[in-house]
Amino acid sequence: MAIEVRIPTILRTYTDGAKAVTAEGGSLSALIDDLDGNHPGIKDRLIENGDLRRFVNVYVNDEDVRFIGGLGAELSDGDQVVVLPAVAGGSGPH
Amino acid sequence: MLTIDRATYDAIVAHARRDHPDEACGIVAGPEGSDRPERLVEMVNAAGSPTFYEFDSTELLELYKEMWDRDEEPVVIYHSHTATEAFPSRTDIGLASEPGAHYVLVSTRDGGNNDGPVEFRSYRIVDGEVTEEEVTVVDELSN
Repeated sequence: MAIEVRIPTILRTYTDGAKAVTAEGGSLSALIDDLDGNHPGIKDRLIENGDLRRFVNVYVNDEDVRFIGGLGAELSDGDQVVVLPAVAGGSGPH
Repeated sequence: MLTIDRATYDAIVAHARRDHPDEACGIVAGPEGSDRPERLVEMVNAAGSPTFYEFDSTELLELYKEMWDRDEEPVVIYHSHTATEAFPSRTDIGLASEPGAHYVLVSTRDGGNNDGPVEFRSYRIVDGEVTEEEVTVVDELSN
């Protein structure tokens, strides 16, 4: 079961510069574990304390996973996953 | 160095003034690898805040898909500070995630919504390291 994962510029150091890689998994959580097996260290950039990092967005077939079960979101063959860091900041502490 | 055309520069400043006292944000896209800020995209600050900005996650995806279709990248990522100087805050530095982009900051603290002095400064932010760069405003980008 192959799922295409689109990798943002800032994480391409983990994928030898590849813009997209394939990974496997029946849930987002399993997919990220599989991804980390081939690209060690990438999981830490996506997950913190067992949850998706606040400023990392992950989309499955254009849906923000926060609305479809987060790390538990179910995946099937042919799904498209996109990882995009939030574009955020500001003058105040956050 | 950031080279930007007058019309885009003016539009960024106008956006910052219009949204004051909230922070305004957006990007200027350009062909991948060109370093040419050609296409201004004003974004909604989903945080609607005077001290924080964030692109809405759905709009963020739409924006990036559009850029991928056009072989573009974010050449400039801009936002305003409305009560402080146009220098990246710790939050800006911690969340900067486009090492190839020019991070433009506009401060409206002096003029607010009105015409008046604005600061318009540009930075590279890579691995938590901030480097200010010169801004050159031209009538039109050269070919």
